[in-house]
Amino acid sequence: MSDIAAPTAPETVAPAVRRFAEAGQWALIFRRFRRHRLAYASLFVVLGIYLVALLAEFVAPFSPDSYNARFTYGPPQTLRFFGTDAAGDTHFMYVNGYRMSFDPVALKRTFVVDEKSVHPVVFFAKGEPYKLLGLIPWDRHLIGPADPSQPMYLWGADRLGRDVLSRTIHGARISMSIGLVGVAVSLFLGLLLGGISGYYGGWIDEVVQRCIDFLKSIPTIPLWMGLAAAVPANLDPLLVYLWITIILSLIGWTDLARVVRGRFLSLRTEDFVLAARLDGCSRQRVIWRHMVPSFTSHIVASVTLAIPSMILAETALSFLGIGLKEPVVSWGVLLKDAQSILALTTAPWLLAPGVAVVVAVLALNFLGDGIRDAADPYA
Amino acid sequence: MAETPALPPEVLLDVRGLTKLFPPRRSLFQRKAANPVRAVEDVSFAIRQGETLGLVGESGCGKSTVTRLLLGIHQPTAGTMRYRRKDGGSVDLDRLSEDERLAYCTDLRIVFQDPQSSLNPRLQVRDIVGEVLKVNRLVPPAEIEAKVRDLLAKVGLRPEYARRYPHAFSGGERQRVGIARALATHPRLVVLDEAVSALDVSVRAQTLNLLRDLQEEFGLTYLFVSHDLSVIEYICDRVVVMYVGQVVEIATSEALFARPLHPYTEALLSALPIPDPAQRRQDRRIRLPGEVADPANRPSGCAFHPRCRFASEACRTTPPPLRDLGGRSVACHHAEALALKGVETIQTGHHANA
Repeated sequence: MSDIAAPTAPETVAPAVRRFAEAGQWALIFRRFRRHRLAYASLFVVLGIYLVALLAEFVAPFSPDSYNARFTYGPPQTLRFFGTDAAGDTHFMYVNGYRMSFDPVALKRTFVVDEKSVHPVVFFAKGEPYKLLGLIPWDRHLIGPADPSQPMYLWGADRLGRDVLSRTIHGARISMSIGLVGVAVSLFLGLLLGGISGYYGGWIDEVVQRCIDFLKSIPTIPLWMGLAAAVPANLDPLLVYLWITIILSLIGWTDLARVVRGRFLSLRTEDFVLAARLDGCSRQRVIWRHMVPSFTSHIVASVTLAIPSMILAETALSFLGIGLKEPVVSWGVLLKDAQSILALTTAPWLLAPGVAVVVAVLALNFLGDGIRDAADPYA
Repeated sequence: MAETPALPPEVLLDVRGLTKLFPPRRSLFQRKAANPVRAVEDVSFAIRQGETLGLVGESGCGKSTVTRLLLGIHQPTAGTMRYRRKDGGSVDLDRLSEDERLAYCTDLRIVFQDPQSSLNPRLQVRDIVGEVLKVNRLVPPAEIEAKVRDLLAKVGLRPEYARRYPHAFSGGERQRVGIARALATHPRLVVLDEAVSALDVSVRAQTLNLLRDLQEEFGLTYLFVSHDLSVIEYICDRVVVMYVGQVVEIATSEALFARPLHPYTEALLSALPIPDPAQRRQDRRIRLPGEVADPANRPSGCAFHPRCRFASEACRTTPPPLRDLGGRSVACHHAEALALKGVETIQTGHHANA
């Protein structure tokens, strides 16, 4: 009595069935991820921000340090379309110039947008020379005034007359990358210590876990302040940046280590891991071929969720004046300008980098949530 | 390697006095150490070449520990496991180091209970089944896929499925993949660890028939671990019954189901579902009082005595040895004196051959 379906004639399998049945882990994850609309949109926002950060010199109309003392605290100009200048030429894009008046009582300059003056704005405007990606010398900017000597402050000017938009764009580079570098360091520490902790268990696990408990129990702000104070004040700004990253990742690895440990612990008892051992796989092969691929998607998700907290930490540190300092341009450094109530009342546009922080952090969080939900296509 | 008494020619694996104690978890705040868990104690049985030996008992009786000891996942605390090599010689599996043990991982294979968790969801079937061929270099890498397709055909799956992932299969099909993985190396002994328990009844029957056909085709020897007596009755030649880490009875399945010699076996048999609804109204199930004994605090004497309706003073004090009684073994002081009911008798209420 044999009621085994005899697989003799190879029937044709519908391509759609095959596409699903032969779809690998990442294909399934991506399919689920795409259904998560908010996360999918956030993916493009995040990619956009990183692209802007990478090409900051080109995207920003000006360099972060170019200033014009005439336009201190100049308010944002609106980009307008189809205007005719004094000479009678029509321009596709333009900004109105400022009319300045000086209040002798308040010792304050006031700006009024002058509807009559028209400064044409063009794409690929010729401006300050720079090196694209640090390699290719160029002098074109994505958008800029046709006449480089004319002001164009789409997001207003700061106290030295520097363009807030340009500075925010340049700040993205440091602020977005400190997250990446920091997460890379904590990923390394987290994978290593979490993996050891989860794979071996026993007293090693106990020691690592108590270390994590200890690190997590330290209040973060005092720890940061203490560590930041230990960084020599006359250090090169880039070295300071490196130090800050290390400080951030020293705490950041703990969460990741917990995730990795948990996955290892649960996988250790899975039958398919045991089956791999009984197949004669070496320990290396069991770990790298059978265990690690089972949680890479979770790691990607937790890394994505860890980047925003790094960005926020950098912003907070720099805002408090213990992180990055001028002349380095980061969102936290820029927000420091918005600390005084005076600056805020006269120039609320100095908070614009804060908007950038919120957008970046939200987008990364949505993205991470989406990946996390999609990470287990078998559930 | 010390050559102790030779294996009888028909025996593939001989287990003697197998014992596994799990030390209690030492806690930082616990001064007094708890008793070790006696998962398996002094278990002896032999698996003959080409037979299907059933290992049956309630959950927690040590069935799984026995299979894990056989496969080398745990090291036994005491006892020997003598295995007949392919060349006819014998080897003590318990004395091998972890590396030497690897040589036998292709000869002793296992099919797991849960086909869902025993197949890596991240790998294609050809990689799951082919893994053992690959890491042991049994088949040249280029030929692995063809070999896997062959194996899939053998277990009743379409060879084209080799490139599918486990998520595309039903439970029964997954178990067939598990069987293909076990058979990939042409093993001689296959441990079926509750291999059909997770399947629904119709699929279970198909899978059992498949296992039978494969056994015939490849001359396999099965150790069939189960808590399900109806499955055991269907597929096994001989049965080992365990209770709290010890063997209580070994007999051919015919003899065991016709007339058990141990009261625990009788209670197990009485739990078999009765197919005839007319008979079902009268509940003839033997309900054992109390709970299964704790393997960390086993009762004195016969471990079964607190639940046994025939327990005497001797049962409370002296542990009964496993005695040979005309081709079958039983660990009960009163085995000869008791007239226990077999399946037929329990279900019909009459003595079949009184």
